[in-house]
Amino acid sequence: MFEPFMANAWLAGTLVAVVSGAVGLFVVLRHSAFAAHAIPNGAFAGAAGATLVGTSPLLGLVVFAVGSALGVAALGRRRNDVVTALALVTMLALGAALLAASGAYEPAIDALLFGEVLGVSRGEVVALALLVVGAGVVLALVFRPLLYASLSEEVAAARGAAVRAIDATFLVLVAVTAALAVPVVGALLTFALTVGPPAAARMLARRPGRALALAAALSLACVWAAIASAYLSGWPIGFFVGAYAAGEYVVARAASSWREGRARP
Amino acid sequence: MHWLVEPGFWSNPVVRTALVLGAVVAVVSAVVGVVVVVRGQSFAGHALTDVAMAGGAGASLVGASPLVGFLLAGIVGGGSIEAAGAERVRDRDVATGVVLGAAAGLTALFLYFVSSSTSATGSTQSVLFGSVFTVSPSVVPLSVVVAVVTLVTLLGVRRPLLLSSLSPELAAARGVRPRVMGLTFVLVLAASVALSALVIGAILSTALLVGPASAALRVARGLVGATLGAIVAGVAAVELGIVLSYDSFYWNAAHRSVPVSACVVAVVLVEVAGSTAWSRWRRGRG
Amino acid sequence: MGCEPLTGGRRELVHVHDLEVSLGGRTVLTGVDFRIAEGEFVGLIGTNGSGKTTLLRSILGLQATAAGEVVVAGREGRRGGPVGYVPQRVAFDHDVPVRVADFVALGVDGTRLGLARRGRGVHERVEEVLASLELGGLAARRIGALSGGEQQRVLMAHALASRPRLLLLDEPLANLDLPRVHETIALLDRVRRAEGVAVVLSAHEIGPLVPVMDRVVYIAQGRVACGTTAEVVRPEVLSALYGHHVDVLNVHGRVVVVEGEPGDPGAHPEVVVR
Ligand SMILES: Nc1ncnc2c1ncn2[C@@H]1O[C@H](COP(=O)(O)OP(=O)(O)OP(=O)(O)O)[C@@H](O)[C@H]1O
Ligand SMILES: [Mg+2]
Repeated sequence: MFEPFMANAWLAGTLVAVVSGAVGLFVVLRHSAFAAHAIPNGAFAGAAGATLVGTSPLLGLVVFAVGSALGVAALGRRRNDVVTALALVTMLALGAALLAASGAYEPAIDALLFGEVLGVSRGEVVALALLVVGAGVVLALVFRPLLYASLSEEVAAARGAAVRAIDATFLVLVAVTAALAVPVVGALLTFALTVGPPAAARMLARRPGRALALAAALSLACVWAAIASAYLSGWPIGFFVGAYAAGEYVVARAASSWREGRARP
Repeated sequence: MHWLVEPGFWSNPVVRTALVLGAVVAVVSAVVGVVVVVRGQSFAGHALTDVAMAGGAGASLVGASPLVGFLLAGIVGGGSIEAAGAERVRDRDVATGVVLGAAAGLTALFLYFVSSSTSATGSTQSVLFGSVFTVSPSVVPLSVVVAVVTLVTLLGVRRPLLLSSLSPELAAARGVRPRVMGLTFVLVLAASVALSALVIGAILSTALLVGPASAALRVARGLVGATLGAIVAGVAAVELGIVLSYDSFYWNAAHRSVPVSACVVAVVLVEVAGSTAWSRWRRGRG
Repeated sequence: MGCEPLTGGRRELVHVHDLEVSLGGRTVLTGVDFRIAEGEFVGLIGTNGSGKTTLLRSILGLQATAAGEVVVAGREGRRGGPVGYVPQRVAFDHDVPVRVADFVALGVDGTRLGLARRGRGVHERVEEVLASLELGGLAARRIGALSGGEQQRVLMAHALASRPRLLLLDEPLANLDLPRVHETIALLDRVRRAEGVAVVLSAHEIGPLVPVMDRVVYIAQGRVACGTTAEVVRPEVLSALYGHHVDVLNVHGRVVVVEGEPGDPGAHPEVVVR
């Protein structure tokens, strides 16, 4: 499984995993799971649109994901579940209609929805790497205010944190993560990666910095194991990503209740 | 009526099944949807659609009826969401997300098996985005039964359900068991999602669930009014969506019709936008 | 009428001028006017829903106002001034990976961009503040796993950590046991005397505040009135404010506010005083 043709898969998977884990920690801390689920679906519509027009899918992914993120951010404080749900199905329906219009070949649709790690080209890996570096720099820059606002928006705002700008930055980070991850693990599984491993890390770590590192590490473990399993079994990678992410969460949850049970005899 | 529909609409048995099934499904989705919106459980409702998707894919793998697949998966998935999120209410979205992710993974696997074991194509399309035009008429009786059972159950538990939505603790103090209530509701939700997955596909059934309900809740005053409004809006969206999709076949030279699900979602969006504008305008005046 | 600072010589820190706030189409506060000087201890009272939280949030710049202006430390209507805030409640997640010490440190540098390591100064300040509130033992605990009263004191440590010039505390005593109430008030009194911090504290139980409180700002029917502690903490004034007969008793040198039947002063001394 370490043949040359797999090199791009391993590289892309690694890049995607680290960013998803780190950004995902804040998805979990900020209770933004639903938004983090909606944004990759916007990316899906973008990729479908790019297929129709014949431009680069990555461009479609980035434009639509960031567009969805800014839309969610604009809903701002009054952001609610119903609106997120409607935005989400709109993007999916749009994607389906665009694919129907372009007469896309079914495996292409499957790849967008469920991931196709072998489909990543060298050029795409370079583009992914650039996006990852950008996202990493932004995340490092806003780490502390983002953490502060995630703990209590009210308290952080009172101290002068620009909570609206922080929220928008965070959602754009989620969007970039989605654009990176959708071609590799698929629109429906990107979300599993941004919630499962970070939720496990949150339960196990006690400090913010360690939680971040642990989230990235667990996400990396999940993706590496998924690539290896997909290679060995020939089954789609999306299945393994979903299964391992859920598995990490279940194990972490069991570990944390066991620890709590011991701490309080 | 000829200005509205293209030729052959009324005489087509496929269309007739679609219209009947669509109306049944729309009524159930609307009624359940009002409770979903009031309880703030859109995310759980949406997660169940992804779970149903896994069931649909599994059913098409073993050759069972998709409705049965949607239902079984909804019951299992709904039960696990409820079990995972019950202890820590603030963590419910994470638990829901994890179940949703696992379900999406299973869908990927089942669809892979379907496409590699049979030569059938289009299974992704039909499970995810559905098409009421491909549903066989034999499913109609079963879906009517499921619809009636769902509605009767919901009607029976509506009071304790509302109390436990407002305050689980208060409801518990009054002798309502919140876990039983939560589980009952999640099962009702799963049944309703299964039904709408038949018509507009698993992944889009959220639209039918929360769209008409939220539109009606913006316009109507009481819960009863909102429920009736949601029924009207839901049935209108499905029937109009079917007409639009049927007609769209004649709109372009290539005869590529717009999928029913996309048409229904479009009508739902128009309804939501209209109700939002209306409630803004009314508030601006008053 | 008492809405000017008592301590004439000190610098003015807060000036609320003709403030009006509406929430959900209803006017909650109107024509609010008062000033607070450095080092003052001001109690904010009013019935449930009278607008205490709304007024504090307006001073913080967290609340959109319909009219009027709020000047804090010479700056108008801006967030992020030298202000420490203890909100009425904060719901931390049970397993958020943040320790008490991390949270208090965010009070100092939480708005700073970048990943630069925290200097020694920050760590020392955190330790000092935690020690002053007797929270040293909780420093390494997860913040979501504390009791309500512990969380409230951690929020106070967080507010104090940045050495603010103004402290706004929204019912900070509500979850504390009686000894803690007196200790906390004594601590706030020390801080304002030593560092010239102005303290604005909302409370329903004003008895324990009487020894340290300079003035009272009270809200009724959307309007604000002010007075010195001696002017306000009297049966007739408080009874009018609460719309209910209230007595002010002096027990063992402590002031206790009790509910009483008209013409039957002190018939229900239900409050047990230490
Ligand atoms: N978002 C809102 N929309 C509409 N009305 C609101 C909103 N928030 C608060 N109110 C109303 O504004 C009034 C003032 O609320 P506020 O929270 O300031 O009261 P308070 O004096 O702090 O009460 P308490 O003692 O209960 O804490 C209340 O009547 C409340 O119902
Ligand atoms: Mg209050």
